[in-house]
Amino acid sequence: MGACYNVSLSLTINGTRHDITSDPDTPLVYVLRDELKLKGTKLGCGLEQCGACAVMVDGKVVLSCVTPVEVFDGKDITTIEGIAETEIGQRVQQAFIEETAAQCGYCTSGLVVAATALLSENPAPDSATTKAALTPHLCRCGSHPRVLSAIKRAADT
Amino acid sequence: MSIDAYPLVSDWLTPQGDELLIHTGKVDIGQRISTALVRIVQEELALPLSQLDVAAVRTGHAPDEGITSGSNSIEQSGGAVAAAAATLRKHLLDAAINQHGGTPSDWAFEDGYIHRPGTNIRINLFSLAQDLPPDLAIDPDLPRHIPDTLPAPDMRGIADMVTGRFTYLHDIDLPGMWHARRVSPPHVRASLQDIDQAVLDRITGDGLHVVRDGSFLAVTGPGEWAVVKAATRLGLACTWDSGGGLPETDVFAHLAPENAQRFPVVNGTPQNAPVPEPLDAPDLSGRFERPYQMHGALAPSAALAEWTGERLFVKSHSQGIYPLREAIADSLGLATDQIEITHVQGSGCYGHNGADDAACEAACIALAHPNIPILLKWSREDEHAWEPYAPAMAVQVDAKLADGRIAALSAEAHSDTHRGRPRPGPNRAGPAKLLANRFRAEAMAPYIAPPNMGNHAGMHRNLDPVYDIPETRLVKNLVQGLPHRTSAMRCLGAVANIFALESTMDDLARHAGADPIAFRRAHLSDPRALAVLDALEHCLPPVPEGMGRGIAYAQYKNAMTRVGLAIDLAVTDTAEVKLHRVTLVADAGRVIDPDGLQAQLEGGVMQAASWALYEQVTWDRDGITSRDWDSYPVIRFDNVPDFDITLLNHPDQRSVGAGEASPGPTVAAIANGIFAATGLRLRRMPFTPDAITQAALDL
Repeated sequence: MGACYNVSLSLTINGTRHDITSDPDTPLVYVLRDELKLKGTKLGCGLEQCGACAVMVDGKVVLSCVTPVEVFDGKDITTIEGIAETEIGQRVQQAFIEETAAQCGYCTSGLVVAATALLSENPAPDSATTKAALTPHLCRCGSHPRVLSAIKRAADT
Repeated sequence: MSIDAYPLVSDWLTPQGDELLIHTGKVDIGQRISTALVRIVQEELALPLSQLDVAAVRTGHAPDEGITSGSNSIEQSGGAVAAAAATLRKHLLDAAINQHGGTPSDWAFEDGYIHRPGTNIRINLFSLAQDLPPDLAIDPDLPRHIPDTLPAPDMRGIADMVTGRFTYLHDIDLPGMWHARRVSPPHVRASLQDIDQAVLDRITGDGLHVVRDGSFLAVTGPGEWAVVKAATRLGLACTWDSGGGLPETDVFAHLAPENAQRFPVVNGTPQNAPVPEPLDAPDLSGRFERPYQMHGALAPSAALAEWTGERLFVKSHSQGIYPLREAIADSLGLATDQIEITHVQGSGCYGHNGADDAACEAACIALAHPNIPILLKWSREDEHAWEPYAPAMAVQVDAKLADGRIAALSAEAHSDTHRGRPRPGPNRAGPAKLLANRFRAEAMAPYIAPPNMGNHAGMHRNLDPVYDIPETRLVKNLVQGLPHRTSAMRCLGAVANIFALESTMDDLARHAGADPIAFRRAHLSDPRALAVLDALEHCLPPVPEGMGRGIAYAQYKNAMTRVGLAIDLAVTDTAEVKLHRVTLVADAGRVIDPDGLQAQLEGGVMQAASWALYEQVTWDRDGITSRDWDSYPVIRFDNVPDFDITLLNHPDQRSVGAGEASPGPTVAAIANGIFAATGLRLRRMPFTPDAITQAALDL
């Protein structure tokens, strides 16, 4: 297990540097959830098909369930737990609450991260742009229309 | 009903310090039942939200309300909690009058207090509730107290969901806890022959453990990723006997009367009686088909189990913890009271997914490793390949017209069972329905369900058209021996039946030269149904150019929420269906949580649009081939329509569930919209570009 590797890894997560002891081949989501106890990032497929595990890496949305943690060495990662550190992230979270843009909520972390990344890059996306940005993300409860409304609300605020 | 089995106020409401705890046997699966229950008590007692909470749903503590299903929670649990709260209100009022005099109209409830307006007498409700007699019986006949000034309730849990703090079952992390993954056979007929010893030794050498019971195989140990990797390695090290492979049955050919147990259905209830003769010379006939489809929860199923040597503690996202407890006890040779199951939320499930199976499997692993909490998570492949599917269905509709009206209608549903939940029953029916028991050393045969003879149950839910038709002939055809395990998914048979009936209504309207809404209206006398269609017509904008509009109407189980909707859509040059706009009107009786009701209706439309356009389980002799979100595509954000939803509130009517009201008419409206846009009548879901292209070639 970990003992046979001799690589030192560090990640900056939500502004704090962490030295990582997980095996370097461990997908990032397991490191976040199991080593760092940041359980807000969800595991939905392990195949980069559903978006539940989205985090921001250097400002871009990245799905964290396949790529090994060693690829992120030295990167600046924002998880759902750190989204509220930006004003845009706070607005997105508040808009999701005001629009009740969740049912079971399992997809919500990934969607809040994706929406924050979108609005950080494009403060007033049109509907087609928003839909395209969210298409990597699944929601099985059918909260899609509310999620779109929430992003519009966050953009308009 | 819930209230008959649990007749005391304290069965449903208990003061704990300065909080009132609501007890329910219905679990919150994202449908907001807990939000509605809090709202009901808040209305009755005017307590601030900070003083209301919902107790964990746990065997031995919560009322046993069976399964959370069928859109029944708001009537069953909601009705009981409302009556308990009304009784508590009266008790508190009587206590206040006893202490300080006056009549009921002299007192008011406000913000956790009862007070006499115009005086300085204010009594904390919780001080009065201290003397609540534990045997105070619910008076079910007390009038409800419903203020009209309460602000809409926030959905419980949403603030934690948007910040990542909401704890799902999958997120539980206990000291000393082990993770577990199953090693799945290639398919349900396979059995485990051999495992490469060198790989077993390597896994054990890594500090992990293999649990084997017959062909049930799992890996457990500390460290989730280590367990995931070991399970993959172990899977590659297994030799399986394929048992002849999965049957490559043409399921739709097999869904036929000659393979079925047949029952006439009268007023929604199957009869043990001869099936009437088919309609003679129908004017219109069609056979409508739905493939096997899956619940496809976003989070694969999971369960946490710990065996102390005497008691088994399980956390599960099952919709029926009491029946599950009995089935696990019977499976593992334990007494029921040795097991405690607590519901912890998983992701949305939409029916009987792998939750119960995972709970039994986690228990099997925990029994092999006492005093260690075991968190078993299925993989995405496990969920896609092993959850109990919604059965494939075929519905044959024949109809006759006379003078522009429907003179006679025949509808025959063909399906395997929709009832695979591990409820106890004869021949150890509970354990027989848990997947692990198919594979354990003492393997159980596949469960053969008896026909469900309940009203609007199973495949015949909404088979009976809600319209005024002089002569109807309705038949339930239970077909068994099909390739896949099946069980309850949102709406049961109502999806295929409403798809068939409402597609036929559209064809009949055209045949009769009538407008689709006017034709439906002409066959309805229920004033609330007519009001829904009137409102729908009133809300409809002109159909955008180049698009088709599909209309559908249904009342769930012919007794619950009424939904009329129109879907405007376009069919592109590449035969893709692009949803543009949904206009929906619903009547769910008295509306308790308007936003929650609307969310359920929207979610139902989105899920049904996904069923209609994308979803079908595929397989070959080597196993299920739709094993991930690429091979089993579902709706995504690039096909989300605009919504316009109108709720017709009836404060004087009972509240009825709405979680399953919109999917059936949605599938039909999409099919009708495709017809309006292209002239092509699609009769088999999903309406993929290939299916639409094929229909065009078949013209």
